[in-house]
Amino acid sequence: MKTLLYLFLGTIFGIIMYKSEAASWFRIYEMFNFASFHMYGIMGSAVVIGMIGVQFLKKKNVKAIDGSELSLKPKEKGISRYLFGGIIFGLGWGLAGACPGPMYTLAGVGYVSIFIVILGAILGTFLYGLLRKKLPH
Amino acid sequence: MNWILEPWPWYIGGPAIAIFMLLLLIIGKQFGMSSNLRSLCSIGGGGKVADFFNFDWKSQRWNLTLMIGAAIGGFISANYLSDNIVQINESLIPQLKEYGINSAGKAYLPPEIFALENLDLKNVILLLGGGLLVGFGARYAGGCTSGHGISGLSNLQLPSLIAIVGFFIGGLIMVHLLYPFIF
Repeated sequence: MKTLLYLFLGTIFGIIMYKSEAASWFRIYEMFNFASFHMYGIMGSAVVIGMIGVQFLKKKNVKAIDGSELSLKPKEKGISRYLFGGIIFGLGWGLAGACPGPMYTLAGVGYVSIFIVILGAILGTFLYGLLRKKLPH
Repeated sequence: MNWILEPWPWYIGGPAIAIFMLLLLIIGKQFGMSSNLRSLCSIGGGGKVADFFNFDWKSQRWNLTLMIGAAIGGFISANYLSDNIVQINESLIPQLKEYGINSAGKAYLPPEIFALENLDLKNVILLLGGGLLVGFGARYAGGCTSGHGISGLSNLQLPSLIAIVGFFIGGLIMVHLLYPFIF
């Protein structure tokens, strides 16, 4: 039952990513050229509504449906890992034009080449796991 | 029925993502897509080589299911809900042509990079390298566009703001400084 729920929610997410064109390489290229408001509008409105929603849920002390606290783990403090990690991520985002959510969506569309991107992303994650202790965090 | 094939404007897509994230919160989960890559490493036996992959990936099964759903959503959209053409700002078309990409305004992804028949060594390196940077960077930063960009910023997390600034520094360096050497 739960599996079906997550499968359904995931399907909705995939449709949002595809239909809003956030999964399009062209839209990412356009965004980094500041040539359209589209991607900024998507992220900006998502953040504003998300912020209002999260602050409201926190204020009202709303619990998750199973009675547990909401999963809002604060991020660890620090600068280097977020800045360096962020820049590395951005280089890849600008090149492949896909971030981890849309990657799966594009795989479902049937772009065989996107599996090379996913393979790269798995390898990159693995490489991080190997080098983690040597990196500044 | 033409309207059903139209792309969604930002003011539909953005709020839909926010509602999706809030819905996940209420059912007790945190929106973050790149965590799945770590789970996949763990399933593949990564725990034998690095402690980082020694964790209970089964607790992440819900997210892996979501990931499969995201692929199904892509299939449904491309086949039934879209004409699979993305219109971008026309002023970018000449620049893209210089890079050998002539498909702007005619496709969803540029076939020059993503079509199977154009899969030469250069494109393999480009796709693999792009993925590698995304995977490495997302884990190093502790999240991607969803975990930092949406979940983190909505929860007013300063680290997420730093990560987003990083995403943009990286993206701008790639598109403005490195593209002329790559394409």
